Order: sequence, then structure tokens, then C-alpha cells
Amino acid sequence: MERLTPVEQRAPGRWQIGTVTAIKRETPRVKSFRIALPMWMEHLPGQHYDVRLTAPDGYVAQRSYSIASSPLDVGEIELTIDRLEDGEVSPYFHDILVEGDQIEVRGPFTSYFVWRGEHPVMLVGGGSGVVPLMAMLRHRRRTMPELPMRLLYSVRSAEDLIYADELGEDAVLTFTRDPPADWSGHRGRLDEELIAQSAGSLTSGIAFVCGTNGFVESATGLLLDSGFEPQRIRTERFGPTGQL
Amino acid sequence: MSAFISRGFAGHRRTPAEMASRLPPGQYAESGFPVLTAGPTPDVAADTWRFRIDGMVAQQQEWTWEEFAQLPFETVPCDIHCVTKWSKLGTSFGGVSLDALLPQAEPLADYAMVWSYGGYTTNLPIDDLAGGKAWVVTEHEGEPLPQQHGGPARLLVPHLYFWKSAKWVTGLRVMDHNEPGFWEMNGYHIRGDPWKEQRYWND
Repeated sequence: MERLTPVEQRAPGRWQIGTVTAIKRETPRVKSFRIALPMWMEHLPGQHYDVRLTAPDGYVAQRSYSIASSPLDVGEIELTIDRLEDGEVSPYFHDILVEGDQIEVRGPFTSYFVWRGEHPVMLVGGGSGVVPLMAMLRHRRRTMPELPMRLLYSVRSAEDLIYADELGEDAVLTFTRDPPADWSGHRGRLDEELIAQSAGSLTSGIAFVCGTNGFVESATGLLLDSGFEPQRIRTERFGPTGQL
Repeated sequence: MSAFISRGFAGHRRTPAEMASRLPPGQYAESGFPVLTAGPTPDVAADTWRFRIDGMVAQQQEWTWEEFAQLPFETVPCDIHCVTKWSKLGTSFGGVSLDALLPQAEPLADYAMVWSYGGYTTNLPIDDLAGGKAWVVTEHEGEPLPQQHGGPARLLVPHLYFWKSAKWVTGLRVMDHNEPGFWEMNGYHIRGDPWKEQRYWND
């Protein structure tokens, strides 16, 4: 792992009450929530916020969610959240929260799985692992569109595709189960050929990999084989519950 | 305690009362054992593994896997708490107490930087490593420690958040000052006491 210069110790971390300004359904299981923050501060693409739910009797549940938006969206953040059947916080977001509701959050946190403009960049996401990578992709498109960055995104079925209307030429998709009817692109899990094809000349750069532990293990193995240096591969893994 | 109430939140994943007192604030009980690693998983063979104590010590020490296996082995029942909010209650590890290792090196200062294969580091005061609070473990629940959980050997410091329990551990350097390790530089708390909810820098 690369040793990084720590970010200046600013003052993240204070709990604050945000307001949900928009909710977008991305897939049957995934929604994106825009949250306006009274104490907003600029984040680095890849960082996360903590969310805290409090019941009337004082019972509390906390989880962490990656930021999906670019820090150029001043005053608000977007969290994209996968609804977990046995979850406690994600079903609240999906089933209870409506526009105008308030939600308690704090962040942005940690400075390792973050993109600071290094290039070239290879992003590899599995399922909702695409979320922090989308913050990087969105930020790059708005700040340095000429900079070499490519997203390799592995998803189960056509209906599970998050950010479907935003995936352009800088994204390579593979469907592991049911591709769209007219699909002529990649199918199946990541393999050597797909990595080699989509990484191309990016192997001299940095890679960000996010997904389940199994996905990340297999993707990092393939990236190492294709020539990425181990210290330039940063990973973020979900636990078995699917939480980041 | 927050004065804010989340509209419509009842909380259904409550931990049974007899377990709830073992959960630090903001944690939930997880029955699995999630894998969280910041980079690729290092491949460390037991026959090349070493554990070393150096820095400000009277006697630098290094153990091979075979030498390590001669040291007193303890089974450690414990609860573990990950800063990402999950806790695993009632698990166990097996290994060698730091109390069997540190005295052989005779630390001359109060802090340590622990390091791992793959480049990971984490800092701890010697006080958090000595006195029956820390182990170098090679087993989890009676089985060899799986590679993805830090095998062949990891540090175990169950009273602090689990990022302090460095996977693929290979050394400990005694230092006269407290210096942030990998996650401590990248946003997590310098000490990481789950009962004080010391998750991030400003907690």
C-alpha cells in the first residue's frame, strides 16, 4: 500500500442534520439520495459518510455509505444505497425516507480509497461497488475530461445496472447473468482478456477496486497479472452483509 | 445521545438484552466475519514468516514459524469490534501473548509501530500490548488462521477497534513517541477505543 500524505486535519466528523432533496430509483434494489447539508464540506471522491438513525426510545443504528457525487456539487452529497433484505438502515432509506425528510449524518471520512487526480486510473466495480468509483468518474468528467480513466463495471443483470444513463465511452460493462436483449458486449465474470482489453495502457497507473470480498480478490488477482503494481491497487470491500 | 429522532425509525435488528451490553456504542452484532483489506491479499508462507521486535529495545528479537510454535500457546475467547460498525461476539483466537514476547526484547520506550507483509502499519502504546491484552495469533476458532483474515499470523488486540489487529503481522518496532500508522494517518483515531467510540480523528 502506498503511503499517502495525510490530508490536513480539517474538521469533519460533527454530526449534522441533512435534508433529503431528491430520491432517484436506480434499479429495483438501489436508490440514490441527494442530501443538503448545513455544514457541508468538500470531500475527496471515494470518501464516505456515516449515517445515524435514532428511534424514539434512544435505540441507535449506524452505517457508512460511500459518496457518489462530485465535490463540485457544493452544499449537498449523494448517497447511493443498495437495499439489503436483512438490513436495518438501508431498508429505512428505501421504505421510509421521502423527499423533505431529515437525516443525521457526519463526514466525509478517511483518505485512502480516494482519488486525488493521479493518472492513468483504472476503476473496477462489482454491483454497488460502483458507487465510490462513480464519484471519481463524475469528478473527472467535470474537471479533467481528457485524463485517462476507465471504469470496468461488472453487474448481474440489465435491471441491476446503476447509473445506466451515465455510462459512456469511458465505461466497459460486463453482465454476469442476464444482459439486455440487444447486448453485443461482454458477458460473464471478469477474466484476463477483459481486464487486458479494458486496462490497455492504464497498467502503469493506479487502480481502485470495490465490491464484495470475492469480487475484489478475483479482480485484484487479474490486475496484478496484467501488470499493475500491488502498492498501486487500492481496494474497498463489503462485508457479508453487503455493508461498506 | 442525539436529541434528533429519525422519523418512522423503530429499529428491528436489536441485539438480545444479554448480548447488548457487550456491544460498544454504534456497533451491531454480525454473525459472519467480514473481510476488509485496503489492498491485495499478501501471500505469506509459514516457512518464510518471521516475527521481529526491534527499535528501542535492550535485545532485538526475531522468531521463525518453528521457534514461534515452541512458545506458550493460549486460546483467547473474545468479542471483536470493527470501526465499520460490525462486532463479532463470542469468537476465539489462538496464539502467543505479547507478554511472552515483549519481555524477551525488553522495551526501553512506551510506544510501538506494528508492521505487516504488504506494508500495513498501525501504532499502539506498549500499555495496550502488555498485561494480557494482546496476542500474535495463528488460529481462529481452532482452525489455522485463513489467509484472508491475516494468516499465517495476525495481531489480536480485542479491546481496540479491529484495524489495530494487523493482519499478516511481521514486526513491532518500539519507539519513544506515538506516530500514526496507516489508517491513523488516513482518518482513523490514534488510539481507537470502541467503548469511547474513537472512530475518527476528531472523536
